[in-house]
Amino acid sequence: MSKSEASPLATYLAHLKKGELGYQFSPSSNAAVFYPRVIAPGTGAADLQWRVSKGLGTVHATTVVHPREGAPYNVCLVDVDEGFRMMSRIEEIVPADVTIGLRVKFRVHQPPGDEDPYPVFTPVAQAGQ
Amino acid sequence: MSGVTRGSVAIVGAAESDLGAVAALMSPMDLMAQGIYRALEDAGLTLKDVDGLFCATTQARTSAMSLVEYLGLPNAYTDSTIVGGSSFEVHVAHAHAALEAGLCSVAVVAYGSTQRTVGRRAASAREYNPYETPYQPFLPASAYAMAANRHMHEYGTTRAQLAEVAVAAREWALLNPVAWEKKPLTIADVLNARPISEPFTVRDICLVTDGGGAIVLTRADRARSLKHTPVYVLGSGQSITHASITSMPVLTHTGAIESGRQAYAAAGVKPADVSVLALYDAFTLNTILFLEDLGFCKKGEGGPFVEGGRIRPGGALAVNTNGGGLSYCHPGMYGLFLLIEAVRQLRGECGQRQIAGADIALVHGNGGVLSAQATTILGAPATV
Repeated sequence: MSKSEASPLATYLAHLKKGELGYQFSPSSNAAVFYPRVIAPGTGAADLQWRVSKGLGTVHATTVVHPREGAPYNVCLVDVDEGFRMMSRIEEIVPADVTIGLRVKFRVHQPPGDEDPYPVFTPVAQAGQ
Repeated sequence: MSGVTRGSVAIVGAAESDLGAVAALMSPMDLMAQGIYRALEDAGLTLKDVDGLFCATTQARTSAMSLVEYLGLPNAYTDSTIVGGSSFEVHVAHAHAALEAGLCSVAVVAYGSTQRTVGRRAASAREYNPYETPYQPFLPASAYAMAANRHMHEYGTTRAQLAEVAVAAREWALLNPVAWEKKPLTIADVLNARPISEPFTVRDICLVTDGGGAIVLTRADRARSLKHTPVYVLGSGQSITHASITSMPVLTHTGAIESGRQAYAAAGVKPADVSVLALYDAFTLNTILFLEDLGFCKKGEGGPFVEGGRIRPGGALAVNTNGGGLSYCHPGMYGLFLLIEAVRQLRGECGQRQIAGADIALVHGNGGVLSAQATTILGAPATV
């Protein structure tokens, strides 16, 4: 294996800075890989390719966190359509209304200052709504 | 664990350190040492007999090194494997192999934590995870909460069924003189408590206490000449399915399915043979998941299974007779206390909470966020 020119996390963040949700795919195991790695889990294959998600997914599990101070907020797991799961939060909806099965769409959240961007999701408008 | 002999080693000593809120400026190593002193006394051995040290704590990066120094045992065989709360069940499996291989002859498994005194955040600092930390999950609670959310969604498990686990633990704790909680608890108390990470309230979540302890193991031949009836290690199993909740393969199915399968096979035991269970109840959901995954009821039926007082004192199944992590003691990594209670039940030392004729105990440890599952099956002499 030759020297890594960019770490998995740096590549992921570079995609986010372009407004993209990057993930990896291992052709030999025919599976999406997330979080990004140097080799594929289970097989050890070094064939990981970077791909860009279409950014659509479904809420797999959700919770409302009640901090000691401040408003309750959502934390959830999203199953992204390309076949990987990630932690995120759903915005533009009250936390208690986030439910398993909710269809959601990715967008980049840019925190203030020099913090790295990270992906969040918003509900996909359903037909009839 | 395959490759070791069923019943070739036994637990010959077991003791807690001070529990609850310990004296000011006690260190995790002070509590380990206190537990070791008491466990050796219980076994009728002294520190001079000890040549194997197995330990874990979140408050020392190199805990075996610290414990060797503290005890002055430079030549001890050491193992400070740390996989969260189930570390101590893993230590028993490792000690089983080490004793059988002759790497040591008297092994101590020890734990100490001053989590209540120094604060939860100081006792176990969270590593930054760039794929999770930005969302501020309240860990570990939010991870287990999402597993509970799936369990309720897929199987119809109710809030009241989760609360029943906390109520049962509390009823057992009221029979344990050293339990932290001293007052009765109702289902309504659990449901109306302060929400933490839905569906959990603070009463669905383990205590934040100080505490520690130790157990002592020897090979079976030596065990038989010591002070107490030996408690034999019949079988062990381990499965680590993930580290972060995002990577848990199926949120409603834990590695206990595999660790239990290994332990039952090694011990030659089935769930119906078990007379007392010690299940790692960091959250109310855990008890339900482990009853399912260890074969005491079908997958998805854990909620109805715990209803009707089945796991309360006097119920059909004796689960967490010490009051559990929910009501007895939880200094952050609870797994050692499961082993201590199982030893006491199999020796018949549990007083008001004793299960008559207890001869096989199933101990199940859990580490991380349903991550590291480890099962230990222990037996009284007649079972070997």
